[in-house]
This record gives sequence, structure tokens and C-alpha cells, in this order.
Amino acid sequence: MIGIINYGAGNIFSLTAALDRVGVAYGMVNTADEIDQYDRIIIPGVGHAGAAMNKLQESGLVPYIKKLTKPVLGICVGMQLLTEFSEEGNAAMLKLFPLKTLHFDARVAGKVPHMGWNSVSIQANNPLFANIEDQTYFYFVHSYFIEFDTTYTAAKCVYGLPFSAAISKGNFFGVQFHPEKSGKAGEQLLLNFSTIQID
Amino acid sequence: MLAKRIIPCLDVKDGRTVKGVNFVDLRDAGDPVELAYEYSQQGADELVFLDITATHEGRKTTIDLVKAVARQVNIPFTIGGGINEIKDAEILLNAGADKISINSAAVRNPALINQMAAAFGAQFVVVAVDTRAIEGGDFVHLSGGRIKTELNTLDWILEAQERGAGEILLTSMDHDGTKNGFDNDFLKTVNDKIHIPLIASGGAGNQQHFVEVFQQANVDAALAASVFHYGEILIPDLKQTLRHHDIVVR
Repeated sequence: MIGIINYGAGNIFSLTAALDRVGVAYGMVNTADEIDQYDRIIIPGVGHAGAAMNKLQESGLVPYIKKLTKPVLGICVGMQLLTEFSEEGNAAMLKLFPLKTLHFDARVAGKVPHMGWNSVSIQANNPLFANIEDQTYFYFVHSYFIEFDTTYTAAKCVYGLPFSAAISKGNFFGVQFHPEKSGKAGEQLLLNFSTIQID
Repeated sequence: MLAKRIIPCLDVKDGRTVKGVNFVDLRDAGDPVELAYEYSQQGADELVFLDITATHEGRKTTIDLVKAVARQVNIPFTIGGGINEIKDAEILLNAGADKISINSAAVRNPALINQMAAAFGAQFVVVAVDTRAIEGGDFVHLSGGRIKTELNTLDWILEAQERGAGEILLTSMDHDGTKNGFDNDFLKTVNDKIHIPLIASGGAGNQQHFVEVFQQANVDAALAASVFHYGEILIPDLKQTLRHHDIVVR
């Protein structure tokens, strides 16, 4: 069963609705001891990364999340929390990936936010993308992006520059797009996460 | 590459879908939740629900409709109509709406855009603008195009962007309901001057009109209602046509 970190950063109705549609059970994690009730964890998040990090700090869950060995999936701002640092609020993040979250403005000529469906290049054999074809479109809405990295980028997207549409490192995964709003492919990704086994 | 978006718009009243010709004669075109699901299956990229009677009758958009759509539909959707304060938007956010659109309320109280962007993020705030060309100038209109304001349309759009709008939904009231094509010249003028996404609305009558609005105005998305609701254009066919013209679609 999936535990959703419930730290007050944005609404999670769409996420739980998507999990309901694919028949995956979930519950809410409000306190550290509730983490143990679940075999995998989702960190959702919309809005301001710096503000989200503050809320996560206030929840008291940070040290427990950092030492998790079960599968963890960060979505959108929840993914950005896994990086070292975000330019949004110039805030320190969880430092689970040696990557930075940067602003599109000043770096790309295109419109910001990067909003809409964009195709992603998927790293071979990543279990998060099982049964999802390379170059599948996912739905993005974001003004900040995680830099592309040859080691940790699990799916690459291009918007003026290449960036990480998904990252993975051991048991930690993150997606910049919204699987709960990305049609069948997004639902498949959530289903994949619900069965991922960490060796 | 980022795909151009095709957005069916479902005008709703009393929980049913309606679409007026030039926003006047209302015809019933079905159950909005069923239609929304059908569109998501067909390949629509996003949906917009507008409670078209909300502004002048003070009708609030129904939360139940938003929740039902969020439960059943796996693509993003925007809801507009009857949103006058932060609290209205917050209820819709918590019911599963991805974005809200504000129109008259933003004209009457422009600071609402700043407040909503600060509270929920710019990506949540779509500013809808209804425009008419009058004696050489383009002016913002309210209440479904009935009330002219003194606001120059381009100036207002730039102000909305400055205040934190995440996206602009621009409807040409001169083209809406005519099925003679989008207002490509004005859409291009606006699109060239803003740095947030622009959704074109008003005038879609056939597939070629969508090709033209993307090729000529380079807008990010195109919205239409009746041509989709009455099956005059099927979304898979439309996307095939756009692909054939080298327009990137999902």
C-alpha cells in the first residue's frame, strides 16, 4: 500500500483519484510512525518549492524520509524536494540527489511556465517506465526544472534545453510531470510504481 | 517537443452542457462528465468548463461536477464562472480542478490575479478575456460580450500577465459562433507580445481553421465547443490533419 506524505503542499484529490482509477490502495502519512505502515511512499507537491520544503520541515518527517529504503516517488515539486537546492526561494532541499532545481526564465526563450504535453526520452529498463513507450507524452506544468544528468536522469525532456522529466537513484524516484493528469501513460506509471521492487 | 493543445470547452448550466450561438441561444449538448470522459478518450489534451451564466446571474459553479470530472478524467481541466474571491478558487482546487479561469472578476478587481497567483501559483490562474474590435480598437467585454469596457484588450492582457496570470484564454466575440475561423491576426499580435501560454478561442468551424491558427498565430492551444460537441470535428481526425501540416500534437 502507498503512503502519501500529507504535509499540506497543494491538493492531492487528483492523485488519489488516479490511484483509485488504477485500483491501487493508499493512505495518508501525517506522522513518522505512520510511514512504517506502508511499503512505498509518494511525496506530492504543487506550488513554491521553498515553501513546500518549509512545510515538510514543519511536519517533522524529513529525517525519516531521508533514511527510507522502500520505494519513494516525488511528483512535481515533490520531485524537486529530492534535489540539493532550488532556485525557487533559494532553498536547501532534501539532498537525496546531487542535482539542482533551476528556473527556466533567463535560460530558455520559450514561454514560462512550461505548460502542456511534452514527449520524453526514456532510459532503458527503468522499472518506473515499464510498458511505456519511448517518446510518450506527459503533462507538465512548471517554471523550475531539474538539470539533466547522465547518471540520474531516468527520462529526458527538452524545452529549450534538456532537463530531467524523471530521476532515479536506488529506491528514490521523481517525476516532473503529473502522472495523475497524463492520460493512460500516467496511470501506467503509477501502476508501475505500485509494484516496484528494490533489490 | 511541446505539443499544441486541443481543448474542447464545455459551457455548463445547471449541470448540463450548453453552447450558444454568439452566446445567446442555448442548446443542450449533454452530460458534462460523460462528455469530458469521452473527450479524454478521444485524445483531447485538456478541458475547459465555463459556467456561462455564472457572471450575470451570480451562479456558482458546482463542486460536485468538478469532483466527478476529477475522479473520472485523466487529463487536466480548467473551471471558470462564479469565481470572485480566493475562497471560491480554493474550494475548486480542493475539488480537483487543475486551473481556474477568471474573467469579469479580474476586470473589476485586478488585484485578484495577484492574490490568486500568490496563493496557488501562477500555473493555477487562467485569465479569460472576451474581446471585440470596435472602430479600429480592441476592447475587453464582459458578461458574455454584452458589456463593453474601456479597457484596451492588449493592455489588459499585458497587465494580467504582469499581475501573475499563468495563461490567457482569449475569445474573439466577433468570431465566436460564426465558424469562419479564429481571429488569427489579433491572436498573433497578442501572442508575439506575451511570455505566458495563449489559448485561442472563437470561430472554429473546420479542421483547416485549427491549422491556420497554429501556423499563423503560433498560439499554444486552440479551444472550441460546438464543432466538437456535435461531432462536426472528431479530435483524432483533427490531430491527424495537424500532424500532416507538421504541427506537433500528442
